[in-house]
Amino acid sequence: MSEHEYYDLKVNGDIRQVQDAWIGESLLYVLRERLGLPGSKGACEQGECGSCTVFIDGNAVCSCLVMAATAVGTEIATVEGLNADGSLTDVQEAFVNEGAVQCGFCTPGLVMAVHHLLDEKANPTEHEIKEALSGNICRCTGYGRIFAAVDAVVSVRTGVAR
Amino acid sequence: MPVHIPSNLFDAMSLLEMHPESHLLTGGTDLMVEVNFNHRHPDSVIALRAVPELQKWNIDQGNKSVFIGSGVPYSQMEHGELAVALPALAQAARTVGSPQIRAAGTLGGNLGTCSPAGDSLPVLSALDAMVHLQSLSEERVIPFTEFMVGPKRNARVANEIITGVTIPLSDGWQGYSKVGTRNAMVISVASACLSLDQSKVRIALGSVGPTIIRCSEAEAWFNSRNVVNLDASTAKEFGDRVALESRPIDDHRSTAEYRRHAVGVLATRLLQRGFAS
Repeated sequence: MSEHEYYDLKVNGDIRQVQDAWIGESLLYVLRERLGLPGSKGACEQGECGSCTVFIDGNAVCSCLVMAATAVGTEIATVEGLNADGSLTDVQEAFVNEGAVQCGFCTPGLVMAVHHLLDEKANPTEHEIKEALSGNICRCTGYGRIFAAVDAVVSVRTGVAR
Repeated sequence: MPVHIPSNLFDAMSLLEMHPESHLLTGGTDLMVEVNFNHRHPDSVIALRAVPELQKWNIDQGNKSVFIGSGVPYSQMEHGELAVALPALAQAARTVGSPQIRAAGTLGGNLGTCSPAGDSLPVLSALDAMVHLQSLSEERVIPFTEFMVGPKRNARVANEIITGVTIPLSDGWQGYSKVGTRNAMVISVASACLSLDQSKVRIALGSVGPTIIRCSEAEAWFNSRNVVNLDASTAKEFGDRVALESRPIDDHRSTAEYRRHAVGVLATRLLQRGFAS
């Protein structure tokens, strides 16, 4: 790829054109401000809070630390694309039911991190859950309700109460 | 808007030859923080994400060495074969940022940034890693200790790409320890990597000097004693001698006094763990 005035990103399965963007724009900025996908949140802008977590080629990464123009050719998935019809996933339902949402700002990132964890490990230990969510900062809940939501999803998916 | 995404190493080196002022980008976890906070305004970027030669790693049991491409993310070093071959590197990798950072961040990025707090760098120093640098005209392989020449300064020249590192395998024990204000998501206040092979010790320190510090005097003192059973006073004296070789400063993360103390404690504990294993 050489110099150009636009580039295409594949987001949630759709090819989206990004026009006249500055080279240094983060994927988070492009998703929110150029592509109308504000589900990923911007807080720290330095990879510490996890609010902007998206999947790139199946890996959960901080979209604030991805230079958007370098993500050409990758598969990007955001919280908006978890269920194609816009309905809630089992993880999102569990967050609602367990009261894992207070101010809600960290929630999209946490939902993405939980989906990624449970895709990798169907039945994670408490320690594995804590490590997997260590990059997502929540200042409201104290995490107890979030861990309860993860347990609820695992219980339903595996059929074993925990 | 020049962002280049070469799909092989030759193209990457050719682009860099034409645009030597370009930023080389792998995970983006260092550069994008500076860009987001307006500390850097890149005009030209060569993203190495799609260069397959940089994504490879290989364990060569015959030559007793491991090659890790500069684009391999930390998440691949935390578990599996690489972690078995290089447990200290796995320990260091697990302390890098968060899972999201470890999925993006690479050894190449740690080497390119060359921060004294780079988590993988004490491991590369203690294990006598060799750094591979390649341009269209030349390939160089130099010891890590010659590669890092100062804080955020290294021996890479403008037309070179860091392609990876070769780390010799040893049969002995190796470990990594780090002190920070919390367990996850923390930049180290002091860190150390220690290798113990047939009672011969190698140790390198992070975040306690302008570069990673290889403690050659403490190593020589200990290795001349041919210790078979480690007693507490020898372990303590080793830690004290390591601390003497540190050159820490006061900054926003900690004080020189605390860092010097902490790195001595890390050295003593790592040595004791090595002998206990």
